[in-house]
Amino acid sequence: MPPVEQISGFMYPNEMELQWSLLIVLYPYITGLVAGAFILASLARVFNVAAVKPTYRLSLLTALAFLLVAPLPLQLHLGHPERSFEMYLTPHRTSAMAMFGFVYLWYLMAVLVLEIWLDYRREIVEAWKESKGIKRVLYRALALGADNVDEESLRVDERVGRVITIIGIPSAFLLHGYVGFIFGSIKANPWWSTPMMPIVFLFSAIVSGIAAVLLLYMLVSWLSDRPVDMACVDTVARYLFYAFAIDFSLELLDLVHRIYEADESFRSLDFMVKTKLFTSQIVMQIILGTLLPLGLLGLIQVVRVSEQARKAIATVSSLLTLAGIFAMRWNVVIGGQLFSKSFLGYTTYKVQFATREGLLPAVLLLLLPFGILWLLLKLLPPWKDEHPAGLPEVI
Amino acid sequence: MRESLRHRQHLFRVAALFVTGLLLFVAVRALLVPPDFGLYGHYRAGALTDIRKTAPSFAGRSACADCHPDISEALAKGKHARIGCESCHGALGRHAADPEKLKPAMLEIPALCLSCHTANVAKPKKFPQIDPSDHGDGARCTSCHAAHHPGDAP
Amino acid sequence: MTTDRREFLAHAGKYLLLTGAAAVAFDKVMAGRPAEADNYRTTDHWWAYAIDIEKCIGCGSCVRACKAENGVPLEPFYFRTWVERYHVRPEDSLHPEVDSPNGGYDGFRELYAAGDGSKSFFVPKMCNHCADSPCEQVCPVGATFRSPDGVVLVDKKYCLGCRYCIQACPYGCRFLDPRTNTADKCTLCYHRITKGKTTACVEVCPTGARQLGDLKNPKDPIHAFLKDNKVQVLKPQMATGAKLYYAGLDGSVR
Repeated sequence: MPPVEQISGFMYPNEMELQWSLLIVLYPYITGLVAGAFILASLARVFNVAAVKPTYRLSLLTALAFLLVAPLPLQLHLGHPERSFEMYLTPHRTSAMAMFGFVYLWYLMAVLVLEIWLDYRREIVEAWKESKGIKRVLYRALALGADNVDEESLRVDERVGRVITIIGIPSAFLLHGYVGFIFGSIKANPWWSTPMMPIVFLFSAIVSGIAAVLLLYMLVSWLSDRPVDMACVDTVARYLFYAFAIDFSLELLDLVHRIYEADESFRSLDFMVKTKLFTSQIVMQIILGTLLPLGLLGLIQVVRVSEQARKAIATVSSLLTLAGIFAMRWNVVIGGQLFSKSFLGYTTYKVQFATREGLLPAVLLLLLPFGILWLLLKLLPPWKDEHPAGLPEVI
Repeated sequence: MRESLRHRQHLFRVAALFVTGLLLFVAVRALLVPPDFGLYGHYRAGALTDIRKTAPSFAGRSACADCHPDISEALAKGKHARIGCESCHGALGRHAADPEKLKPAMLEIPALCLSCHTANVAKPKKFPQIDPSDHGDGARCTSCHAAHHPGDAP
Repeated sequence: MTTDRREFLAHAGKYLLLTGAAAVAFDKVMAGRPAEADNYRTTDHWWAYAIDIEKCIGCGSCVRACKAENGVPLEPFYFRTWVERYHVRPEDSLHPEVDSPNGGYDGFRELYAAGDGSKSFFVPKMCNHCADSPCEQVCPVGATFRSPDGVVLVDKKYCLGCRYCIQACPYGCRFLDPRTNTADKCTLCYHRITKGKTTACVEVCPTGARQLGDLKNPKDPIHAFLKDNKVQVLKPQMATGAKLYYAGLDGSVR
């Protein structure tokens, strides 16, 4: 908690200490990547955008890797993580946070895992039959002991998988929209309280998810010595541009609306943005994280550039986007707690390093999904000419 | 028919997994939810009992009169009539429970009196307040004001 | 037996059985009704609170008494109740100068000169025990709740420490107790008021600025307070159903 000297102006005494820390910034960031990656996958499966097919499986596995890590920052943050199961035992139906537990579970089990399983079933059964020892047991368990992979069964999988993806789209919207609602429904906090919050969160999630998969696609291809499908990169980059244009418009609308209406909170919030949030909001989120990547991505829509240049722009834009969306989460969560609800003062947030909610666990939690993704890619290779678990290709 | 079922056997296994999971959840829930949850509303009814268990530290105004009737009478006649004993003397619950064992601490005069009576622009105008540097020539408050009936001499 | 007698016996038997069952059920239910264990019935009360701004002298007795009675941590950012001082210049009433040094625990040092054309006053603050409490609405597990007699409480054995309720309170009256890692706030001294005592803050207030009220008691002085004064609640636009009524509250109060 900050010593009293870090307060400027007046804050209610209980407000001086920030309640939600860096870990709570991390949590919507991670679930956002999940939702975004899944939307990209559904572009291929449901909207039949053929060009992005090479990223289909990668998107799903990325979504899974991040979804598995998503509850961890929450657990680290809770005063009593051992009681967190109470949300499933006695969920308070008026609480968005409680309902989110079920949305998460639904999305994980009934949508993501099921869709991945149905899409990979043939390879899983193949790997089961061709492996020995512990790998054989593992793949057999993954197949649930069912080895029907004839044409008819695979057609069934295709149909059911398509239905799941269709259900998955509103589920993904719900997954991240709910996180936005958790903030947006707090009438006590004018920085958070807006009906646009779930929508802004959702679109920034889509933006970050697409950027993440774009980056990972180029990275994984490069690491496994595969040629990058430029039609895919160009198309994904184009969808990133569209999503970003919508996201930017929404955030601009929120800003213009606030400035125009200038309600009782405006002066206090305006001052906060111009001082305490200047670097994270104006510089990181808006200029570097939105305008620059938007400009770069927009450029390659109208100007013809070489493949190398397009790859470079896609990489740089994705990195900037990912940083910018993180800054956006920071500005929402931390920004919402830096000003007093009396509109008369401000406090400071200093990130610690090696504490339970410090920088170190945050960095580790951000790296963990990549580790899980690496494992998943080994277990379930995304591109069909490879065999699972690194078995040699049969020419 | 059997053929089409064979093509869907993996789906049935998944469904079975889900159903098992659901049943397990229901069973675990029945075991773990506190039995008095939901009695009055969406909370554990026992919480009301838990909260009521705290032992009070302040005895309350009426508790002192039994053993100190003279002071209570004097207080009732003066300007401090509406002030409870514990406003100045602190929490006396333990003293009231065992008067001989726990005697209340001596009060710090003038600090105690000044905590209310130092002049401050934010205090209501009608409230008796003084500038300590300009009142009483540095004497102890109780030299001129009887603590329990301050309008009179001690 | 004639039909009448058979009918009579059938009915009698039925009623006897029902009474017996009802008695058993009643016992079982009573066993789980801790709040009715002694002679305090929650349904007889609807607790509220009244503060008269014109009487508050900012002595801080209430703040000290609350911390003593309820064992609240002493650091300057944990308060179940606190006092704020407002200094309002008439030409700029939208931007008062407000301070609350250690919540008013040690009183208020004089900071302002008299006769500078401004007005100053003290505002005690605490949980408003809202009837439509937003903090209760957001609790994911039911660890914070409104008791049947209108007091918003926290179940310390059930709270996860997620801090959502602290974010949801518009009045800043909640905090996370660092010793139990659970949410904490004014309990209206529930352990006292259910035993016929008054709250610690009301007990020690020397000027009667603070009053506990029971809206269900027709003889309670709070009814006269509400009728005879111009009363307000804090942040009425939030429609929280706050039951902490202020008399003499200035428009500049946040």
